[in-house]
Amino acid sequence: MFDKFDQIFVTALHWLVSFLPEGLRPFVSALICIAFVMSVFPGVFALTTVLERKILGRIQNRYGPNRVGIPFTKIRLCGFGQFIPDGIKSLTKEDIVPRAADKVVHFLAPVVMLVPVLLAYAVLPFGKHMTITDYDAGLLFFFAVGGAVEVSVFMAGWSSRNKYSLLGAMRAIAQMVSYEIPLILSAVTVVMVVGSLNLSEIVKHQNNYTFGIAHWHVFTPWGLVGFILFFIASLAESNRTPFDLPEAESEIIAGYFTEYSGFKFALFFLGEYLGMFAIIGLGITLFLGGWTSPVSFLTWIPSYLWFLSKLMTIVFVFIWIRGTLPRLRMDQLMNFAWKFMLPLALINILVAGIWHYMAADWPRWLVCSAIIFGAYAILGRGLMQNQNFGKRIYRYAE
Amino acid sequence: MLGEQIIKGMAVTARNFFGSYVSKERLTTVQYPEEHLAQKENTRQFPFLVYDGDNWEKGLRCVACQICEKECPPKCIYIVKSKDKKPDYKGQPQIYPLTFDIDISVCMSCQICVEVCPFESIKMDTKFELSTDDRFGGLLLTKDKLAKPNSYYQEMHPHDAAESDAVIAAEKAKAEAKAKATAEAKIKAETEAKAKAAAVAATAPIAAPAPTTQPPAAK
Amino acid sequence: MPPFFIITGIVTLLGAAFAMSLRNLVHCALAMAVAFSGIAALYLQLDAQFVGFAEILVYVGAIAILIVFAILLTRSGEAPEKSVLTSGWMAGIAVSAMVFTMLGWAVLNSSAIPKETPPAPVATVKNVGDALMTKFVLPLEIIGLVLTAAMIGAVIIALKEDSQKSKSEDGGQQ
Repeated sequence: MFDKFDQIFVTALHWLVSFLPEGLRPFVSALICIAFVMSVFPGVFALTTVLERKILGRIQNRYGPNRVGIPFTKIRLCGFGQFIPDGIKSLTKEDIVPRAADKVVHFLAPVVMLVPVLLAYAVLPFGKHMTITDYDAGLLFFFAVGGAVEVSVFMAGWSSRNKYSLLGAMRAIAQMVSYEIPLILSAVTVVMVVGSLNLSEIVKHQNNYTFGIAHWHVFTPWGLVGFILFFIASLAESNRTPFDLPEAESEIIAGYFTEYSGFKFALFFLGEYLGMFAIIGLGITLFLGGWTSPVSFLTWIPSYLWFLSKLMTIVFVFIWIRGTLPRLRMDQLMNFAWKFMLPLALINILVAGIWHYMAADWPRWLVCSAIIFGAYAILGRGLMQNQNFGKRIYRYAE
Repeated sequence: MLGEQIIKGMAVTARNFFGSYVSKERLTTVQYPEEHLAQKENTRQFPFLVYDGDNWEKGLRCVACQICEKECPPKCIYIVKSKDKKPDYKGQPQIYPLTFDIDISVCMSCQICVEVCPFESIKMDTKFELSTDDRFGGLLLTKDKLAKPNSYYQEMHPHDAAESDAVIAAEKAKAEAKAKATAEAKIKAETEAKAKAAAVAATAPIAAPAPTTQPPAAK
Repeated sequence: MPPFFIITGIVTLLGAAFAMSLRNLVHCALAMAVAFSGIAALYLQLDAQFVGFAEILVYVGAIAILIVFAILLTRSGEAPEKSVLTSGWMAGIAVSAMVFTMLGWAVLNSSAIPKETPPAPVATVKNVGDALMTKFVLPLEIIGLVLTAAMIGAVIIALKEDSQKSKSEDGGQQ
């Protein structure tokens, strides 16, 4: 019976499509899936913008927005209707394009950001048998479209013909490119152990239970380190604090967003948050078991609800980190990526290899944990030693 | 270890987050239109006139001496004296103000009018939600809007009201004592005059001469 | 399917043509990125998933960005004064068309092209990985070595400037 709830979307899709002749079925099925993704994830985006403000408010000892519920009525809903006026505000603001801006590129930049991000949702398994396109090389597809976002950042920064936008775009691209490497390398460990790039296969690999606890990758030494690296790299890819130097308001006005107003800015904002959800979704799929439940006696809860709850938990942790940490400076950011995360990711690959080839017993836990802990301690010490708080050295321009 | 301080920081923010649902000290926001912060006793906004008793016209303490009008730095008080008199709290007939206007768009809340008033009749109010869309008439408070009972004053500024009441009570007691003293002296004078008249009546037909010594003694 | 192939082909060719002929150099780089995506779409139509996605990941995600950075850092983004085409462009097109037809006829009529196309090999990721690790492992390792050498060279070039600068600074400070 619980299976029916679990597969309710799949059966609904098949039922809707069965009314049509054979030739049209793939197209209509694709359209329905697209409609599903386009309605659910912007809804989650709207919820997240309100949740973020409320959670940040509570962390900062104040209420978040708590007045707007259903517009034109007095029903408050604890302020969760705030996204409606926010959306209307961004839609009705004047769309200013600078006179010297490159109009075509300026117009296309939000589009080029949004389309790859939406494409990335096509390979995520939202539930059991609920992947939209189950590519053999699904993980590679995800990273490929993630790379296309950088082109749009450059387009936005350069087309505004604004020094600050260009500088912000360069910094953002440098940051994204540097953090993409630990991201991909930490995902490579999962691929090594599972033996496939197919995301549904990766989730199935985590769907076994011992002593009632699932075989999630995060419960193994290499998986834990891989998850933490993936988490930090995904914070950097979505330009979230502590890595939001390119877009912080106090830094470079708004970085590459500076010359965008109204609907285009709303599209950038939407694209950024959707990218955040997509990359969290990938992290959940790779390390946290996708749509599987952590304990074997809770498998009756539908798989898409597990996925959604894991997504919202990680979004909460993202917001929690945003409320806690200050911003990293550009050079601190790059140091961290190249001198700490990259070596640790490479050592993690080594450890995953050792794990795969050792026998499935307690020694491999000990060996792998020891190697990882040693590497972490040494690299961490190396990173913390560079804090030379001595006399300031001045470097003059030539 | 790298990352140790980050975990500690996250524990602090988590404590803030979860504590904001349970304890008041972790969520100090006062949601303004519905809740108000308790005002301190020394708060002052714009002046008001105090009246004793229930009838604001009869009990108004102001006697239109116009000292506050002269002392007000931006000259926001306008007083017109009355032609007739009414009794004040001491029982003496005093004039009262026919018109007492304060323009609160001019008033700067300096409290000089309160400091110079000898009759404890003008005091500082604490209400600040006085916005109106009537730019000229709405901010000109007339006598009826300015008059507030003494019980209101005691509620707003208990300490100052107690002092003011003590002053008034002292004045009243002094006045009563003075009135009693004058009444006693009057009675004494009357009895002495009666005694003197009786003495004069008794001794008048028998002895005609030597009346010169009598008037000084009767005094 | 022919319609998709035609559309993709036209998009790729237009992208390549614009990459040659636009005035603004950054526009040319972006048009080249469009051409790369067109080629990736062609690979995907041939069911070569790995190559298609790797094309987007490497070419659009990294090489296009690299070209754009190179353009910006060498300050050649200004529009050229005169037209990008030389005066004798018609003669150039005629000559290239003639050479193309002659070479095409020669290649198609030679014995190097088999009369019937062989069956397409199965190009799953697993097969590609197996081939890379068994049959083509030597080219893979050589490419890895070359890339490592290039990266070390880049780091050394950047490092030398820094250390020279800081050495002169320290000497001056004392």
